[in-house]
Amino acid sequence: MDSKLILDGLAKSYPGRPVFTGINAEVGCGKRLVITGPNGSGKSTLMKVICGFIRPTRGRVILNVNNQKLNRLEIRPHIGLVSPDLVLYDELTAIENLLFFAGVSGLYFSARELENRLDLVGLGGRGSDFAGSYSSGMKQRLKYCLALLRDPELLLLDEPSANLDEPGKALVDEIIRSRRGITVIATNERAELEYADEIVRLG
Amino acid sequence: MPMKSSGSVKRSIAVFRKDIKCELRTRYAINAILMFAVVTVFAVSWAIGGVGLTEVLQASLLWIVIYFSCLAGLSQSFVKEEESKTALALRLYSPAEAVLGGKLIFNLVLLVVLNIITVPLFGIFVGLNISNFWLFFTMILIGTVGIVGATTIVAAIISKTSVKGALFAVISFPMILPLLIMAISGTKKALIPGLGFAEARMEIQVLISYLVVMTVLGFLLFDTVWND
Repeated sequence: MDSKLILDGLAKSYPGRPVFTGINAEVGCGKRLVITGPNGSGKSTLMKVICGFIRPTRGRVILNVNNQKLNRLEIRPHIGLVSPDLVLYDELTAIENLLFFAGVSGLYFSARELENRLDLVGLGGRGSDFAGSYSSGMKQRLKYCLALLRDPELLLLDEPSANLDEPGKALVDEIIRSRRGITVIATNERAELEYADEIVRLG
Repeated sequence: MPMKSSGSVKRSIAVFRKDIKCELRTRYAINAILMFAVVTVFAVSWAIGGVGLTEVLQASLLWIVIYFSCLAGLSQSFVKEEESKTALALRLYSPAEAVLGGKLIFNLVLLVVLNIITVPLFGIFVGLNISNFWLFFTMILIGTVGIVGATTIVAAIISKTSVKGALFAVISFPMILPLLIMAISGTKKALIPGLGFAEARMEIQVLISYLVVMTVLGFLLFDTVWND
C-alpha cells in the first residue's frame, strides 16, 4: 500500500499554556519521522494528536492511503501504537488481550497463530499468563505484538525502548528497520535519533 | 494469515465477553451492586418492622432499591476503563458503536442478575403481593432495559470527569425519573388484584417508547462522547 503522513501546521495549546505550534512534516511509505524534545515539550501530546485522540488547536493531520485522504477517526484502523499511555487488560491473559483487540478490530486469529506472534516478540510460552503478572519489559513486548497485529500503515512508537533489556532493544531495532509503512518515533534517546528520515524538534 | 470478520454485533459481543471475563475475575461491579441491594432490602425490612405496605409503597420501595443499586454499579463499566487507562486501547481498536453495544449488554446482564436476587429477597423480607405475575415480570423487564439504556450513556459521559459518583447520580436521576414513575405505576397495577395488561397499557407504551428513544439517542451521541 502507498501511504503518506502529513502534519500540516499543527498547534496545540491548553488554556494559558501553548504546548507546541507550527509543526509541519511529511513522511512517505517506508520512512521514519522522529519527534524529539525535552520532557514536557509535548511529544506524547503530538503522538495523541496524530492518533486522533486529541484535537489540535490549529492545523491538521492527514494520512493518505492509496490516494485516499483519511479523517481523524478513519486513521485509527491504520495505526499501531506503542506508548506508556496504552494499557492492556491486566485481568486477561496475553492471548486473551490479543484475541480481544483483534476481534474488535474485525480480525480473527487462532490462539496458535497468536502464540507464534508472541514468540516473535520474545514472549513464547507465556501467552497464558495474565498481563497483570508481566514485568514492565514484558508488557512493552506485548504492546509491540498488539501494535503489529493488524500490520498498520502507521506505527507510532512513544519511547520505543522504554523498560526493555538489550535483546528487547535489538527486537525494536529490527522491527523499526524492517518496516514498510510509516513509522513515527517520539524519543529522547540519542541512538534512536539515527532512525530519522525527517525530524521534528519540540521545545 | 488473519481472517477478516466484520459486523458491529460480533464486535459488541467481543466487548461484552471481555467485560464479563474481567468482571468474573475482579468482581468490580457485581459486589458493589449486590451489597447495596441486599443491605437496602434489609434496611427497608427493618424500618417497616412487619407493617403491611400498600401496593404503591411496595412498588415504590422495590424500584428505589433497584435504582439505587444501579447507581452503585452500572457506571463501573466505563469508569473502570478510564481508571485503569485501558480506554485508550479500546478507542484505538474498537469502533464506538461496538463499545456501547458491548457495555449495554454487560449492564443489562448485571441488572438482570441483580433483579433475580433482589426481587425475591424483597418479596420475602419486605413483602410483595403479586396478583398478576406476567404483568409484574413485564414491568421489571422493560424498566430494567430502560434503566440500562439511559444510564449506560450517562456512565460514558461521567467516566472522564473527576467527581464520577456524584455526577452519575445527578445526571441520571432526572433522566430516569419518567421511567421510574411509569415503572412504579405499572408494578403497582401488577400488585392490585383484578388489574391486568389492559389497565397497564399506558405504562407499557411509555416505557417501551422511553427505552427505544434512550437507546437510539445513546447510539447517536456515543460517538461524540467516546471520541472527544
